[in-house]
Amino acid sequence: MAYAPHTSADRARMLGALGIESVDALFDDIPSSARAGGLDLPEPLSELKLATRLRALAGRNRVDLASFLGAGVYRHYIPAAVDQIISRGEFYTAYTPYQPEISQGTLQTIYEYQSLLAALTGLDVVSASHYDGAAATAEAALMTIRSTRRQRVLASRAIHRHYLETTATYFEGGDLSLEEIPTLPDGTTDLGALETLLADAERPVAGVLLGQPNAFGLLEPMVEAAELAHRAGALFVAVVEPVSLAVLAPPGEYGADICAGEGQPLGIAPQYGGPYLGILASTTALVRQIPGRLVGGTTDVDGRRAFVMTMRAREQDIRRERAASNICTNQALCALAATVYLATLGPHGLRDVAALGAVRARELEAALAGAGAQRLHDAPYLSEFCVSVPDAERVHAALLDRGVLAGLPLARWYPDDPVLRDALLVCATEVTTSDEIERFATALRELRS
Amino acid sequence: MDVPEDLRYSDDHEWLRLDGEQGVVGITAYAADQLGDVVFVELPAAGTALAPRQTFGVVESVKAVSDLYAPVAGEVEEVNEALVERPELVNSDPYGEGWMLKLRLTDPSAAANLRDASSYRELTEAG
Amino acid sequence: MTGTLQQPGRELNAELEEAAHRNELEVPAEGATAATDGKQPAPGPAGDRGERRAVGPSLQPTLNELSRPGRGGTVVPHAGAEALNSIPEGHRRRVPAALPELNEPEVIRHFVNLSHLNYAVDTGFYPLGSCTMKFNPKINEWAARLPGFAELHPLVPDELAQGTLALLHELEGMLAEISGMQAVTLQPAAGAHGELTGILMVRAYHRSRTDTARTQVIVPDSSHGTNPATASMAGYTTVTVRSNERGGVDLQALRAALGPQTAAVMLTNPSTLGLFEEGIVELLEAVHQAGALAYMDGANLNAVMGRFKPGAAGFDVMHFNVHKTFSTPHGGGGPGAGPVGVGAILKPFLPGPRVLRDEEGSYRLEGDGERPTSIGRVRAYQGNVGVLVRAHAYISAHGGSGLRQVSEDAVLAANYLKSRLSSAYSIPFDRPCKHEFVATAAPLKRETGVRTLDIAKRLIDYGFHPPTIYFPLIVEEALLVEPTETESIETLDAFAEALNSIADEARQHPDDLKAAPTTTPVRRLDEATAARQPDLHWHAMAGTETPCPS
Repeated sequence: MAYAPHTSADRARMLGALGIESVDALFDDIPSSARAGGLDLPEPLSELKLATRLRALAGRNRVDLASFLGAGVYRHYIPAAVDQIISRGEFYTAYTPYQPEISQGTLQTIYEYQSLLAALTGLDVVSASHYDGAAATAEAALMTIRSTRRQRVLASRAIHRHYLETTATYFEGGDLSLEEIPTLPDGTTDLGALETLLADAERPVAGVLLGQPNAFGLLEPMVEAAELAHRAGALFVAVVEPVSLAVLAPPGEYGADICAGEGQPLGIAPQYGGPYLGILASTTALVRQIPGRLVGGTTDVDGRRAFVMTMRAREQDIRRERAASNICTNQALCALAATVYLATLGPHGLRDVAALGAVRARELEAALAGAGAQRLHDAPYLSEFCVSVPDAERVHAALLDRGVLAGLPLARWYPDDPVLRDALLVCATEVTTSDEIERFATALRELRS
Repeated sequence: MDVPEDLRYSDDHEWLRLDGEQGVVGITAYAADQLGDVVFVELPAAGTALAPRQTFGVVESVKAVSDLYAPVAGEVEEVNEALVERPELVNSDPYGEGWMLKLRLTDPSAAANLRDASSYRELTEAG
Repeated sequence: MTGTLQQPGRELNAELEEAAHRNELEVPAEGATAATDGKQPAPGPAGDRGERRAVGPSLQPTLNELSRPGRGGTVVPHAGAEALNSIPEGHRRRVPAALPELNEPEVIRHFVNLSHLNYAVDTGFYPLGSCTMKFNPKINEWAARLPGFAELHPLVPDELAQGTLALLHELEGMLAEISGMQAVTLQPAAGAHGELTGILMVRAYHRSRTDTARTQVIVPDSSHGTNPATASMAGYTTVTVRSNERGGVDLQALRAALGPQTAAVMLTNPSTLGLFEEGIVELLEAVHQAGALAYMDGANLNAVMGRFKPGAAGFDVMHFNVHKTFSTPHGGGGPGAGPVGVGAILKPFLPGPRVLRDEEGSYRLEGDGERPTSIGRVRAYQGNVGVLVRAHAYISAHGGSGLRQVSEDAVLAANYLKSRLSSAYSIPFDRPCKHEFVATAAPLKRETGVRTLDIAKRLIDYGFHPPTIYFPLIVEEALLVEPTETESIETLDAFAEALNSIADEARQHPDDLKAAPTTTPVRRLDEATAARQPDLHWHAMAGTETPCPS
């Protein structure tokens, strides 16, 4: 059957060694009232039939449109080396490196991942990975609560909707409060409002969260926001997109205590939602509060350099109900993909990816303006922005018929906002072609005429 | 295992060295050995008031974690800051440089309720 | 020695040797010359304390040690300096990120060499108890990489995602059938994430009935650490109940712990001891009588497919570990996926968005706010879909009869292996086990001074990955062995012979065991120093100062 190596003779030998006639004897301990009589599932498929079936299912998805959809997940060119390495059985069929003597491959690559992300974020402690950007953001918010022993977190309204919703779900467990900081008409976070929220001495704030770039693609005043947070004794959390860190100031430089983000752009395919890579990094001061595995350098008994999971006693298998988080399985293979991606591109390659996105996005901005769709906000952006399009949802649907995936209609996330309701969030990356941009602009022009 | 005669011991493997109304607290050599290599010690702030058997901190080894319990009631006067940088002192010198707290005892006579060295030795040998 | 472990037999080339040699130098304390030639390992946070530590030659240099200024490839076209003109100066990075500069041949060789230092299911037997390290079928890898699946953006309109939505909907149905649950969410990214999702639903359920006095979650003393950690994250305190002498939950102790304050009981069944909970019917009855809900940790589902359906037996909620039961790869620690199945009473609280099928057979994702009773989102998008594609492929390849056979073979292999070890090791609960069993080396330790850790390390010299050790916590010197159904009888025999001969070695040459392993790329590590003086990343490297080509 499928992948079992046992012949009937093998099974007979094992039963014989146990002195039983049938394997049923090994299930006698299931009380009769709780026994199930088999499974009602489709007949088994041979590999050939299975491949045919799955190819047909995959074929029912449409991935051939000219896509300007980002909103937290970005199409990038993935160097061929990435899949070659993560397809090695030695990496993907190993588990958590509990036995360091036979896991140096996994351990060193995690150490290298931590190092590369430390370089990108400017923060010294990088967790070996969380589930995704949303879960990492929620964990970052919880970290601020544990570290300050305060219970109130302020998060900019211009953080990815789903990250805010996930954080709210994680907050359900405690008596914790998550409040949104409003945005200004230019699309950035309202620092005046932040200052007012922080001034409530009765309800001290644990952490302040801002996105960079924010959910509208705009660049936020991180230096000023971090200062305000710190003045109130709160920690500052930057929610970032990692490719942008090749060209934008690193969180460690503008005073972020914690950085969370979605690592998918670093060589991981979109896959309709995962597996992705939750980035979580912090200053050394918070090392005991950061959840998730950490790998550190050390030596073996012969003095050879080696790597090992370290500060294990923070984790759930040892600390149980007092652990900082219940996380166990993480996204190690995705962290490996990011490590290979960054090693292959190097500092200049990654900068080129970010810079090409910026160039393409300006080309897109000009083309859409030419078709009558102007940018919604004034604040500077990197490679994603909002455009005003009356009746945006209908236009978005009509563009699909013309082979264009015109980003995200923001009505989906902000149905009650009269301005955003008529806007599309669009992005460009290095894989966006001038041809695709032209198709988008032409189709839009046709629709409007 | 070393069990100095001049100390009092709790069932949670803390020791107490009494000096008038002041007491010094640490964990025993037996406890340190059971934990293995200590890598982190979390201690309370000076001024913290502790009830008997109240948790006052946490000690972590490479593969274990354990609460620390106050052997008697008192107010924390001083904690051993050296353990922040050198937690290994708990292993190498549990009754000396590896001390954890100095307490102002609420009731110095309460120390009499703790085990003496021979009674503590029996406890560890039984376990 | 029957070792299958890869030895680092390759010759280092001259340059790598030089790098290795330099690593023998002491790292300067902070304030001394920074490592500018890119070859010295990081002082890291340890160096920040002004301490000095010797570092020996490394097996494979790190990426930053291999980096040379000016090296690199052309993966993407170059963008000139003017590309960033529209980004205000204040927002820009002033110096390029300190990433290594390498070319592709070096990158590939680096990671391939590192891969050789790993033990994996694809290289040998991996009987890690509680983790179900079964074979990962290759067709699943192929399927997940089909561009139609891999390139699909999670926010596309439903009409573009009909293939994946159909697959997810089918998989929900398959898991519901396997578990006997009413509905399934595929969103959680891992078992622990599933636990959190499940317990948050329990919380929402009690709240919906304004039953807010329930503040406790009960777990047995043999439970996974994730169970109590999950209870804490969900705002509950944990009460631990003891196991009885047959390795099951002590029913009387459970009854005594249950009450109007109990929100849920979290049970692993079969338990972490590899034993089916014989009193399951009475246990579940007691839980429900107290008004609490029963959560099943499905980590050990591989033992009972087609034989026991938790939902039908009365569990209200459970998670699946698809990286255990349904063969999705463990990835060096992840990713996995932790779908959650629920009975009818918890269905309203499932996280959003759910996958829905309309009468014409087309699929859609639930809209935001469509189901106000939902606990909300537990992650950004729909799930670890790439992993779920693999699980779907696995279940499709087996069908119902095949999955039942999987469990039978897994249980048969475990019992067979247990019987082969029962003379050299003590088996604390001597009754038929399910897919895994606990042995203890406690008698051997008393006799020889050799610990379970030493036995595990010695197994590595014999070419095997050790079992899980020192878990469950309730068995002294525990070895938790899970062979899985995909290992041949020859492998099981060879493993048994290795463990049995180690027991002999323990009596004759105990010091050899304490020195093991000796055949590995590195030997036992100084874990205490790693934790006391954390070195969590490398430091400055060559290339940091290289300006961008203009």
